[in-house]
Amino acid sequence: MRAYDTQLASPLMLGTALYDSPTLLAESVRAANPGAITVSLRREAAGLQAGQSFWSLVRGLDVPVLPNTAGCHTVREAVTTAQMAREVFETDWIKLEVIGQGDLLQPDVFALVEAARILTDEGFKVFPYTTEDLVVAERLLRAGCEVLMPWGAPIGSGRGLNNPFGLRALRAHFPDIPMVIDAGIGRPSHAVAAFELGYDAILINTAVAKAGNPVSMARAFRQACEVGLEARAADPMDERDLAVPSTPTLGKASFGA
Amino acid sequence: MQILVNDETRQIRNRLLSDILVELGYGDSRVATALDGVFVPRSARAGKMVEEGARLEILAPMQGG
Repeated sequence: MRAYDTQLASPLMLGTALYDSPTLLAESVRAANPGAITVSLRREAAGLQAGQSFWSLVRGLDVPVLPNTAGCHTVREAVTTAQMAREVFETDWIKLEVIGQGDLLQPDVFALVEAARILTDEGFKVFPYTTEDLVVAERLLRAGCEVLMPWGAPIGSGRGLNNPFGLRALRAHFPDIPMVIDAGIGRPSHAVAAFELGYDAILINTAVAKAGNPVSMARAFRQACEVGLEARAADPMDERDLAVPSTPTLGKASFGA
Repeated sequence: MQILVNDETRQIRNRLLSDILVELGYGDSRVATALDGVFVPRSARAGKMVEEGARLEILAPMQGG
């Protein structure tokens, strides 16, 4: 996928949270071979150095980082967090999350559009975590976003693509915009489905970090991305309502009634 | 003077943000700062006076999804 004039090495974006250990995180990243990894900012008591250790680990992975504004509920929080992330992670990429509803971690799309406008004006390259809503998508593009990241399902739910119709409509309406399915993907089959719908990339975290074997699952997702992209490029057949025999009927033997 | 650091009340001696970070033990750490909700770039810390009762946010790199 190409995003903001950068060609990602892989259509898989991987989160770095929830792994049982830094070693497991590093091994999973290597197995997934992602085009980007997501990172965040949090408070840390002086002297703990967990953040510095994490930063060293991230740099060692040699994968582009996409900082997020996870946990932000207002425009001001999201903008300030993005500004802080740009300095710490030395990138103008920002995965913009403004959460509006706690149970489903649903984006506050009104605040999202406003924050996106402010941040693009400040030179950020915004990757907005949004819904499949066409009108919101149009507003985000008008605000300066060049990538859209609609959810598949609520963050961490692993439910896959909750609204394939809506996601297909979004894809069809903006055929030239790079789009990433962010959130909700739980299994490699969901990833394949996302690519078959025409999406350019997926962003996953819990599906790998909380698998029984994260490293193996990371590898499975990498393969699923390859499968989905190749299947789409191969132009899948159209669905039909009625059966059509695949074995030729011409020359079929007749044994009488 | 007394300020809030990451929501905890702290007594500090210094007034400049860069000095306060050293005083709090963040001297060489890769952290970002915000004062009363407004981002303060690293380059501006040495000239930033912190007032009594200010709210200082200090954030470090962390895992994220």
